[in-house]
Amino acid sequence: MKIIVCLKQVPNTNEVKLDQTTGTLIRDGVPSIINPDDKAGLEAALTLKDSIGAHITVLTMGPPQADNALREALAMGADRAILLTDRKFAGADTWATSMTLAAAIRNLEYDLIIAGRQAIDGDTAQVGPQIAEKLGVPQVSYVDELEVKDEHIIVKRVFEEGYHRIKVKMPCLITTLTEMNTPRYMSVAGIFDAYREKEVEIWTMENLSIDPEHIGLKGSPTKVKKSYTKAPKAPGKKYNTDPEAAAKIIFDELKEKFIIK
Amino acid sequence: MIFSLSKEHEMLREMYRSFTVNEIKPLAEEIDEEERFPVESVEKLARYGFFGIPFPKNYGGAGGDNLAYAMAVEELSKACGTTGVIVSAHVSLCASPIYEFGTEEQKQKYLIPLAKGEKIGAFGLTEANAGTDAAGQQTKAVLDGDYYILNGSKIFITNAGHADIYIVMAMTDKSIGTRGISAFIVERGFEGFRIGKKEKKMGIRGSSTCELIFENCKVPKQNLLGKVGQGFKIAMKTLDGGRIGIAAQALGLAQGAIDETIKYTKERKQFNKPIASFQNTQFQLADMQTKTEAARLLVYKAAYLKDKGANYSQEAAMAKLYASEVAMEVTTKAVQLHGGYGYTREYGVERMMRDAKITEIYEGTSEVQRMVISAAMLK
Repeated sequence: MKIIVCLKQVPNTNEVKLDQTTGTLIRDGVPSIINPDDKAGLEAALTLKDSIGAHITVLTMGPPQADNALREALAMGADRAILLTDRKFAGADTWATSMTLAAAIRNLEYDLIIAGRQAIDGDTAQVGPQIAEKLGVPQVSYVDELEVKDEHIIVKRVFEEGYHRIKVKMPCLITTLTEMNTPRYMSVAGIFDAYREKEVEIWTMENLSIDPEHIGLKGSPTKVKKSYTKAPKAPGKKYNTDPEAAAKIIFDELKEKFIIK
Repeated sequence: MIFSLSKEHEMLREMYRSFTVNEIKPLAEEIDEEERFPVESVEKLARYGFFGIPFPKNYGGAGGDNLAYAMAVEELSKACGTTGVIVSAHVSLCASPIYEFGTEEQKQKYLIPLAKGEKIGAFGLTEANAGTDAAGQQTKAVLDGDYYILNGSKIFITNAGHADIYIVMAMTDKSIGTRGISAFIVERGFEGFRIGKKEKKMGIRGSSTCELIFENCKVPKQNLLGKVGQGFKIAMKTLDGGRIGIAAQALGLAQGAIDETIKYTKERKQFNKPIASFQNTQFQLADMQTKTEAARLLVYKAAYLKDKGANYSQEAAMAKLYASEVAMEVTTKAVQLHGGYGYTREYGVERMMRDAKITEIYEGTSEVQRMVISAAMLK
């Protein structure tokens, strides 16, 4: 079985601090990690490799530093790593990103493509589904459980009110949730292999059959008009009273605003 | 001179840290309190390759180096000195001599399961009347057909009881002193071999330290490690390597105590200010970190020399001497900076102080290290 895992290197938002004067995020010196939803997807692939055998290719588009994230994936047990890096890919929105990733995937063999639900630095949840659309393969998003049965996978798709159990014929794409599993650590031998025996293949524009108009900033229909930090809300009202009276105040307020009847 | 780690060592450190924080630290207090060998940690350590870091892959190892190994013991010991010594005794004192002195057959049979962590290793040299004076060995080995028959006992053996494979020193010819000592590979379950009394210790209380008893213990002839009479040399070479592991354990304990102290002194308030804002605290911390960093450089240098195939005996002794004394000093100061709370078991620093003491004693006391260092100087 051949699996492609798409992953993204993101700043570890747990360690991002706010610049108190400008209200913006300080990204300098923040360690980078594999996006958690993507790491869960990688773990799902590695679990399949352990149980039924699989060849896992990890794929990312990013700056040269994204090499680290791919080495980590190799050290966890992935077999092949490809880094799509080219100045021409820069400034891509989700549409151009999925265009580029899909073009790379067309050069590879696969039964299953796994992408994380969404990245913690963008939260769009668009790239995975867009890749499937562009490749013309079926997709299931928000996957929490995965098993392989012959030509099919059976997945549990989670949403707010419940879940669906869905059977999909491969080749197909799924997007995975952090809650799905606890990713393994890298192993000591895996780390040595990742640097001494395996390599991260660098693919640029040259390696892809893709229209240059469809990639990077030029290929991105999304236009960011303005980026700003949400202004703080006006301070709320404060009542110093006993619980019963407080409950009544809240009740009346909600009623007044037609939130409750 | 390059004072930065390679990318792979940086990544190893990152992995060791997250593994230690999530898997080892939560158990440290409990295994100390209950004097319990952390069987569950041993399984996890094996799964991720901690027991075979410096050995080649064809012998079940991770294909790494001694620097990577020392860093592993350091990071584990930051949270738990017990776990640090379990790995150190296994790798340095049991798997290493088999790797360095064993026959191909012995490596296939013993090194591979040891490096994979499927079997745990230990080393027996010390006896009731033979510590620093290793030549005072009473344990005897007599060749009888296809077997050596061992009689005697060993004390203070780390990992004993939980180990499957033991490197045991015994006299094959008492009349010629140290040149009459030979080394043997003894398996748990060999006829006439049993585990004796378990020690109750001041520190590293989760590690199992017991007596080994040999009563007409039958050891197959092919389990002789090296040649007859090479035991003392094997033991000394083994301890040279072991010192890097124990120095790394001491280093980890010192750094672990500093990390706890930084956290505590920032939170603890006296006179309406965190105690970290007082200059005494700041100067103490500065001294603690400076000495610990110096110890780190000695430890890494000794590991580096071993990896290069250079003579590292003196550097390993210096690393062990200095790191263990720094660990004792730093953990004592850490308790002092924690005040009354530091003396309670609520905070980990008193455990680290108890754990640190042994690093000045085992695998060659500080006095032995000074002997080794000065002997090399006055040669």
